[in-house]
Amino acid sequence: MTKFTYTEKKDTRSGFGAGLLALGQKNENVVALCADLIGSLKMGDFKKEFPERFYQVGIAEANMIGLASGMAIGGKIPFTGTFANFSTGRVYDQIRQSVAYSEKNVKICASHAGLTLGEDGATHQILEDIGLMKMLPNMTVINPCDYNQTKAATIALADHQGPAYLRFGRPSWPIFTPDDQEFEIGKAWQMTEGTDVTIFATGHMVWQAVEAEAILAEKGISVELINIHTIKPLDVDAILKSVAKTGCVVTAEEHQRNGGLGDSVAQTLALNNPSPIEMVAVNDSFGESGTPMQLMEKYGLTPTDIVNAVEKVIARK
Amino acid sequence: MNTLDIPKLEKIASQVRRDIVRMVHAVQSGHPGASLGCTEYFVSMYFHIMQHNKNFSPMGKGEDLFFLSNGHISPVWYSTLARSGYFEVSELATFRKLDSRLQGHPATEENLPGIRIASGSLGQGLSAAIGAAQAKKLDKDDRFTYVLMGDGELQEGQVWEAAMYAAHHKVDNLIASVDFNGQQIDGPTVEVMDLKDIKAKWEAFGWEVVESNGNDFSSLIETIEKAQKLKGNGKPILNLMRTEMGQGIDFMVGTHKWHGVAPNDEQLASALSQLEETLGDY
Repeated sequence: MTKFTYTEKKDTRSGFGAGLLALGQKNENVVALCADLIGSLKMGDFKKEFPERFYQVGIAEANMIGLASGMAIGGKIPFTGTFANFSTGRVYDQIRQSVAYSEKNVKICASHAGLTLGEDGATHQILEDIGLMKMLPNMTVINPCDYNQTKAATIALADHQGPAYLRFGRPSWPIFTPDDQEFEIGKAWQMTEGTDVTIFATGHMVWQAVEAEAILAEKGISVELINIHTIKPLDVDAILKSVAKTGCVVTAEEHQRNGGLGDSVAQTLALNNPSPIEMVAVNDSFGESGTPMQLMEKYGLTPTDIVNAVEKVIARK
Repeated sequence: MNTLDIPKLEKIASQVRRDIVRMVHAVQSGHPGASLGCTEYFVSMYFHIMQHNKNFSPMGKGEDLFFLSNGHISPVWYSTLARSGYFEVSELATFRKLDSRLQGHPATEENLPGIRIASGSLGQGLSAAIGAAQAKKLDKDDRFTYVLMGDGELQEGQVWEAAMYAAHHKVDNLIASVDFNGQQIDGPTVEVMDLKDIKAKWEAFGWEVVESNGNDFSSLIETIEKAQKLKGNGKPILNLMRTEMGQGIDFMVGTHKWHGVAPNDEQLASALSQLEETLGDY
């Protein structure tokens, strides 16, 4: 069995920046828009290399979404960049009408998602964005787990036709997936094979689940860990196949329990193969200021929380 | 460009107005008021001003592009598109009905030729038009992008985000028009939310503003042709277009009351008696 480890940590937003730069080099239709957060979104290299295809929008996110839809009409592939809160909740109606309903090939790229944004506090720590985006018809929702996967996902999005939401974050995070990985949108990645429980994790929580898996292995619990980088369209076949074997499920995400990955998995199981499920997620609460790790602990998103959820769900089998 | 033939345009406008009231009457819903007020504008754009291909290409490379931001005036757009050959005029009879491509507000999902983006939720069309105009610049496509907004719509904050952006980025291949009829659902704009000096506002945002009478073909066309000559000056252009809501039908003109109200049978008969059937009803 492959063991996942790391030698380097980096922020997932830098993976986005690197992916965007690579796209600029290989696809001249790729354009980038940013709402006064070039440094935070790591879009500086693209701007420097391709100034004619980079658009500074200022602090005006609603306009940015509309501009992107217009550029997509002209055959461009726009990537918009701002924080996750301002990429979704602030501009929901613009996304709904001008992007999703109008089926525009706009890639909404969102950094600083979730609690791990840290000290800025709850105003900026959106925990509802996956739910908002996955409810929209035509929208693809992707939440990669580390630098390499975020870079690969960014590059894959340029070849994907249609509206998409790409969610990533601010903190330095272990790089534990290969730098040459193929990223297939909508295809779950089975990271470990197991028989007692399936953990479906997304985003930063995949690493937490890797650590949990090691702890559980020592306790003699065999975990099948599946990386759900694409929350919509959900890889229903992979989910059902794994649960048919393990019989119980834990989901893990840096998001509200309502509307997140856990909801999507629970719906899939309820409709096809009702099975015990526990959800590691924020439970109907806003965040607050603190260091990323303090917040992950306070709001129940640590490897230990996953271990506890696994033991609980196995007991329910 | 076509030779200017105002009597011909007047005839088309009369038919478009008949289409509007008949469409809205048939389903007892829709927005006749500003549709009637903008009839000269649409007829001017599609039958004189714009270089466009009725064999619709969503990307519109090498063509002028048109965006309708105040999507509720879909009846006038649908009629104009049909009368200029984008689809069969008989399809106007499906307006707002189940399984129709002519949705209450314009949409792309049903692939109606002529529509490039959905509109209806206000304030979004200018942003999209600016984006499309910038894509044209990247492609070295020297055609124009046009967009129409309502005046009440200017109360949406996004319009001003877009206005600021277009001036900053020198989007000078764009001619936006405002349907300045002074009316909105709850009453006159001066009472609901006074827009004050619209011209000064746009000028302060860095736009070149031209003014026209939107219900007079020669004023409108002369003004837009003047605006076209301003292309390349580094400034986006706004055509502030005075119109009368309900223009062309005596009992509908000049009031917000017909913003979103359909005529009954008797009112329809009266309206049609005031509008010559020039191209054949659908």
